[in-house]
Amino acid sequence: MSSRHFRLGFIIFLTPVLLWLLTLIVIPHIDLLIASFQAENDQGKLVFSQENYRNFFTDSVYWYTFVRTAFYSILVTVITFLLTFPLAFYITKIASKRLGGFLSMLLLLPFWVGELVSIYGWMILLRESGVINYILLGVGLLHKPVPLLYNDFSMVLGLVYMSMLFMVVPLISALESLDDSLIEAASDLGASKFTIFTRIVIPYAAPGITSGAIVVFMLVLGDYLSPNLLGGKNSLWFTEQIYNEFIASFNWNQGAAFGFLLLLLSSAIVWLGLRMSRQRLDKAVGA
Amino acid sequence: MSPILEVRDLKKVFKNFTAVDRLSFTVEEGDFFSILGPSGCGKTTMLRMIAGFLEPTEGEIYIRGKKMAGIPPNRRPVNMVFQNLALFPMMNVEHNVAFGLEQRGVPRSEIKKRVDDMLERVGLAGYNAKKVTQLSGGQRQRVAIARSLVLEPSILLLDEPLGALDRKLREHMKIELKLLQKEIGTTFIYITHDQSEALVMSNKVAVMNHGDFEQIDTPQNLYKNPRTAFVAGFVGETNRFELAQSGHGTLRTRSGWKLAKEDAQEGMHWLFIRPESVILLPDPRMENLNRFHVTIKTILFDGANTKISGIIEGSGDEILIHLPQNAKFAEIREGDRVEAAVHPRDLRCYPKEGS
Repeated sequence: MSSRHFRLGFIIFLTPVLLWLLTLIVIPHIDLLIASFQAENDQGKLVFSQENYRNFFTDSVYWYTFVRTAFYSILVTVITFLLTFPLAFYITKIASKRLGGFLSMLLLLPFWVGELVSIYGWMILLRESGVINYILLGVGLLHKPVPLLYNDFSMVLGLVYMSMLFMVVPLISALESLDDSLIEAASDLGASKFTIFTRIVIPYAAPGITSGAIVVFMLVLGDYLSPNLLGGKNSLWFTEQIYNEFIASFNWNQGAAFGFLLLLLSSAIVWLGLRMSRQRLDKAVGA
Repeated sequence: MSPILEVRDLKKVFKNFTAVDRLSFTVEEGDFFSILGPSGCGKTTMLRMIAGFLEPTEGEIYIRGKKMAGIPPNRRPVNMVFQNLALFPMMNVEHNVAFGLEQRGVPRSEIKKRVDDMLERVGLAGYNAKKVTQLSGGQRQRVAIARSLVLEPSILLLDEPLGALDRKLREHMKIELKLLQKEIGTTFIYITHDQSEALVMSNKVAVMNHGDFEQIDTPQNLYKNPRTAFVAGFVGETNRFELAQSGHGTLRTRSGWKLAKEDAQEGMHWLFIRPESVILLPDPRMENLNRFHVTIKTILFDGANTKISGIIEGSGDEILIHLPQNAKFAEIREGDRVEAAVHPRDLRCYPKEGS
């Protein structure tokens, strides 16, 4: 095949991707960026302004929500990792092939019903007249129902639940390629179980951990349903602020500015995370 | 001197399969001890029990007189070189070799010194910062050995470490391993299915079959005086014939080939003749030979290891004969009819297996 033919095929395959990127991602973002630097003046005309960004720094509620969202997104990512890592290890290294396949299937289940339905599922479990309170009252552990829903606890629970699959899949694929003899060799050389985990297993799975953490973090940061439905009125989430500006206040310019701030936030935290764990983005994504 | 390793009545049973069946043997300090056997004979199970990755069903393992039962692999005075080497891919050469010393809490400065010494010993001085993925097969091999030897184990266990290398490198590593073992004097237990590896490197070889040792001997004895039909067939190349009758000074194969052998015992079932013990174009003055004619079917040219495959006149059996590459035999062509002979002492007879 001549290089000319090759180049033609390359262009044919690449065009839809480039078009998609350009029309659905690049152009709207440029438009939003322009919008975020505009505000209505006294005559109701749109002019260049930094007011939208200034609002963010002067109004403490925005600032507070912003930091809160970042903090909880990191927390959810960490909890999801701590919960799914032993699970992924069990599925790949301890369970039989069939059981492992079955367990990964179970992890997939929540995604067959969709996020909204599983959130309502949690509501049924957690509300004051819900299943958990009913059982705890029945057993006699509680004398009156405790509020489990509409607080930070239920919000984190919902977010972790939703994120688990996105963490466990890269972890499983990373651990699957880990040769058992590496673990045996470490043990043979005198390493304890703890050392094997911290020096062999985790470093080996690091690219998988990184890519899982990035995906989960981004999803959680940009999630709207779980914080809104499970978190209640006190659990402010930055996406809700954006939603409010766009839909409730019809202030698209303010919403666009918030959107860009969120984009900057997620990029900054991912960059920081990669720096701290000495991982590289291309490796993590390519893993 | 007490043996460095003593194995007593060792048995390992998996679900419904006996991998190792009541084995007892000892290995002396400084030995290069090979366990040679076909795949599935239980040699890996044996090694993994010594290393501590498997608990024996029955029996005991003593290392330097100390009972090993219940001691996990990370606290046994043995180290293992794995079949696929199992180098840690996220660490460089130096960290791989230093790993075991770090686990023992050796001071940092001493680790550095011992790692450098060890790398120099295996010919990898200055490779400290290289990634293990950048190394060639032979270099990776040496890192794996260095990583174990730096801990100065009582015994180094090697699980077919040359299996993944290409032929040329394997030949080279065979010699290198033997020299290394001689130099450092550590006891090696080496398992392999490749008889040439076992014969070249070891001073003691145990031939294993169906979970049991058929013979433990020096390589020379194993080759010259195999005790069982299995050993005779497995160690070195050989021609095998089924006997119809033996005793009273003669042997007769099922195909009707008659041979004289004064001390032939009765009830033998197999006859083995090594390709190099067949004499081509024997001197007419030589006596006491079993002479016969063969028609040459093919010449299997392989340099110094060239053989011919011929059909024995009268019986129709096929026989492999070593063909020395010298002037005397230069005229031999495919299709020729030539005289051959075999001395009675080179006819090795064995009873049917299991009887």
